[in-house]
Amino acid sequence: MQQFLDTTLGGLVLGAVYAAFALALCLIWRSTRIVNFAQAAMAMVTTYIALSLLNADVPYWLAFLAALAAGFGLGAVIERVIIRPVEGKAELNAVILTLGLFMVLHGLTAITFGVQHRGFPAPVSTNAISVGDTSIGITPFGILTIVVVALVMAGLVVLFRFTDLGLRMRAAAFNGEVSRLLGVRVGRMLTLGWALAAAVGAVAGMLIAGGDLVNPAFMDPFVIYGFIAAVLGGLDSPLGSVIGGLILGLSLSYVTGYVGEHLAPLVALGILMVVLLVRPSGLFSAAAARRV
Amino acid sequence: MRNTARRAVQVVCVLTTASLLAACGAGKERPSEDGSAVGVTDTTIKIGAHFPLTGPAAPGYSEIPSGHEAFYEYVNDAGGVHGRDIEMVVKDDAYNPTNTSAVTNDMILQDEIFAMVSGLGTPTHRAVVQRLNDDGIPDLFVSSGSLQWGDDPGKSPMTFGWQTDYEIEGKIIGQYVKENMPDAKVGLFLQDDDFGEDGEKGTREFLDSQIVDVQKYTPGGSTDFSPQMSSFKSKGVDLVIGFNTPSYTALSQIAAQGVGFKSKWFYSNVGSDPALVGGLLASMTKGKIPAEQGVKLMDGMMTTEYLSGVDAPDDEWVKLWQKVWDNYSKKGSEKLTNYRIYGMAQAYTLVQALQANGKDLTRESIVKTIEEEGSSFEGPGLAPFRFSADSHLGISGMSVVEIKNGASEPLTPVLVTDIGDAPIEEDDSAASDAPPSSGIPE
Amino acid sequence: MERLRSILGPLARPITSVPLARHLVVALIAFVVAMAVIGASSQYLQTRYAEMAYFAIAAGGLTLLTGLSGQLSLGHGALMAVGAYAATLVLDRTGGETLADVFVALLVAIAVCALVGVVVGVPAARLHGPYIAGATLTLAVAVPRLANQWHVLGGEQGLQVPVPRAAELPAWIQDLVWFFTAVEIDQYSFLAYLGWLLLALTFVALANLSRSRVGRRWRAVRDDDVSAELAGIHLGRARVVAFTVSAMAAGLAGGLMAMNVRLTAPGAFTITLSLTLLAAVVLGGLGSLPGALIGAGVLAFLPHFATDLGESAGLSATQAAEVTPVVYGLVLMLVILLAPAGIVGSLRSLVSRASRTSSLASALGSTKEKTT
Repeated sequence: MQQFLDTTLGGLVLGAVYAAFALALCLIWRSTRIVNFAQAAMAMVTTYIALSLLNADVPYWLAFLAALAAGFGLGAVIERVIIRPVEGKAELNAVILTLGLFMVLHGLTAITFGVQHRGFPAPVSTNAISVGDTSIGITPFGILTIVVVALVMAGLVVLFRFTDLGLRMRAAAFNGEVSRLLGVRVGRMLTLGWALAAAVGAVAGMLIAGGDLVNPAFMDPFVIYGFIAAVLGGLDSPLGSVIGGLILGLSLSYVTGYVGEHLAPLVALGILMVVLLVRPSGLFSAAAARRV
Repeated sequence: MRNTARRAVQVVCVLTTASLLAACGAGKERPSEDGSAVGVTDTTIKIGAHFPLTGPAAPGYSEIPSGHEAFYEYVNDAGGVHGRDIEMVVKDDAYNPTNTSAVTNDMILQDEIFAMVSGLGTPTHRAVVQRLNDDGIPDLFVSSGSLQWGDDPGKSPMTFGWQTDYEIEGKIIGQYVKENMPDAKVGLFLQDDDFGEDGEKGTREFLDSQIVDVQKYTPGGSTDFSPQMSSFKSKGVDLVIGFNTPSYTALSQIAAQGVGFKSKWFYSNVGSDPALVGGLLASMTKGKIPAEQGVKLMDGMMTTEYLSGVDAPDDEWVKLWQKVWDNYSKKGSEKLTNYRIYGMAQAYTLVQALQANGKDLTRESIVKTIEEEGSSFEGPGLAPFRFSADSHLGISGMSVVEIKNGASEPLTPVLVTDIGDAPIEEDDSAASDAPPSSGIPE
Repeated sequence: MERLRSILGPLARPITSVPLARHLVVALIAFVVAMAVIGASSQYLQTRYAEMAYFAIAAGGLTLLTGLSGQLSLGHGALMAVGAYAATLVLDRTGGETLADVFVALLVAIAVCALVGVVVGVPAARLHGPYIAGATLTLAVAVPRLANQWHVLGGEQGLQVPVPRAAELPAWIQDLVWFFTAVEIDQYSFLAYLGWLLLALTFVALANLSRSRVGRRWRAVRDDDVSAELAGIHLGRARVVAFTVSAMAAGLAGGLMAMNVRLTAPGAFTITLSLTLLAAVVLGGLGSLPGALIGAGVLAFLPHFATDLGESAGLSATQAAEVTPVVYGLVLMLVILLAPAGIVGSLRSLVSRASRTSSLASALGSTKEKTT
């Protein structure tokens, strides 16, 4: 029972990070119909920027904000310079382009910061919380992770539901031509979508790195798990992405805890295939059908 | 008839070959049969090694080659060995066996090394042992305690171990725990390969009935060990014995704290360096623990020791290492560490073997020299080598120690034994060996 | 030639026999040149040529899949893993001492991969674009991890691969090699010759397939699946066949890789392997077999070149090793942004543009070729 509780709590924390990452993929998909396979590498870059600041004794939360800002800038630049030419072109082009970007960012980070495994600090304790004599399998940092992801989601809901900017972004993503006629600067909105997504990705990077070792490959599992979480919920649906992230986090935690770590990617593949073949639009997509 | 045809074709082919050679500059012809002194000239000996300079095993282990290089510089500066300078080629394999195979191929065929010296890692070196032995290349002083380097010289005649092997380490740990903690519920934390297997084998000889849980990890796999620690916790483990590399000591500690698992810890020698693990732990919890106090997190952990380390600055050997490091390290600002000492100690043994071999050096002669004279090499190891024609295993024992304030305090005298059911005996005869005043073996 | 045609008749049925003969002649000449070059090379270069051969076989299968049938696969690293493990397990049982052992192992690798190709190809045929990319990428990560799960596959430290010693090869092979190269065969040159022989055979088979009715169907499906379906082509079946053929090539490549590396371990089949294969086919030009060969040459020779370049630019050895993936990534990005047809495709369009302006007849010829 104790182990089940620990595994569940661990899965929820992991799921929260997947959720944030899937949310970032979802934002990009909604604005440009592209799955950004370089998302994990971008988040890794921003995490390394934060690590450099932390090692220079910058306070944790300042470094956290710097990672966010770096993500925002990186996302905007990448959309404007690299992605813009393939928007609306054959979808294979965007896939190959973002995979290329993944490799470039990976290698450049390794050259700049080195390939060594380095400790990444957490802002609060990573020791389990004790209730009376028994300790439960969640740490203050785990709770912080869930809270931060919830705040990010709330922020995005406010942005898209209740602000003029959010409305224009939704309009640009929904129908670029019509929006342009109505005076929305569509290009700028798409750039903003990528920038926001990269900032959300940066949050996920900071949360997964805390209290662990980082190296340029530390975000690699997110290339597949983030994608699967997003597809599971429906690439179109932000709420779906979050729930998809939680479901995947819990599933993988149970598989790792009770069956074996090595089967986790296979189980993830199984989940992905079942979703794609049985309910291609994802569990929570608004669209009635989608071509996968 | 056939000969004539053959010769005619031969002529044509030689011409074609020559023109192709001229055209594309493709490589050179190498004599195939006299490989026995490849890599040796009148003035140089070229050796090579694979190390994890990157990847999960790099923290700590990546420092070992700098120890080798410093010591060879020191020896070369004093005139080399029989007039030959030692040159070392170091290649990164990232602790990935496939890479080890590739870089070893490069070292054999491109760098044309005389011998592999101190290639690191059980899963990694295992990938190339057969290859090195097939090609007749000496494979000296592997940086790993796996049995396979030395328990069957008939199968791998060119390969020699160096450090205390994992089976006798398991036996010594097992006996200590059985005598001093007979009621402990033991959990084994193992690297999922021959390293963990050898350690488990030795431990089980004494603790079979006390072991209640076995958890494994894959190097390069997940770095979150909460599931493993949860399992220990749920099975009531109160002593964990770990056969793992240093970063996994840090990661298992973090995971144990994360799930609230409290226990005594006993890490085997290769994963226990307090300075390194303490540093890693501190960096992962920065903001809570000042970096310099990181080593305190290791307090109370047990481990084993077969070489004196930086915590014993008055030891004659450590004085020698310090002197060499101060004068010959490439980056003078970096400190002497136990990993650099390990590298220098291996380098010392190599120089010892080359000295004993004499001026006429071939791949076969160095193997013969170590088999015949290796067991009498006096070196920094706390216990003697076991080298003979029947065993290519290295140092024969170690002592059990407890870590306090980043230094080790002995819990037992030096214990010496061999694989199988050989008894464990106290023997500190080799512990008092001192280096010659020149610091270079004669 | 008549005799050859009669022997290969059944095989050549769906094709006009002229391209087959042409492919065979080109392959034969290429193989003889390759033998001469390999024979004249150092052992070190021989290992590079052997590596180039198995990369080219895998890239050939992949370029056919992506270029002709329009399906992307980032899972070919996983298929190579399947081939490598299949071949290794067979060699382990048989001892791997004779030439027959080697061919049996490679045939088993191809057969197992054909099976896996069908199993993966059926669901993959229903996916497109980012979905098939994500699914096959997951496959590339998931499959090698199975080696850690089951003990028989050797775990992280992998399985050793026995390979035949040159001295144990049949005398006629030793004589033949001596005849052609004036150098005695050894283990390194043996693996290089074997690789290039199988490469030549694979490319002949793939080239013929792409010229055949099957290949035309793939192109039809790639260019416009709706029209293809209206024209009576079974979309799913065409895609599954393409995936299976491609998987067989990957399996053969994996088997050869195992013998060259002499170790089969999960650490060999990383995401990076799958992505570099993609880089090779994108660089050469999707759908082009010569392009796949060029791409494979880059894979085999660039790492050492790039690492040296990095080191001479003042990077440490471990940093310099990262120059290679950066180059691969840049290749992927630049080709997509600047020259989507890849090297061979760009050259071809240059040539055809030049010939179109110079000669109407050849322009007609090339149009005709396109429509047949």
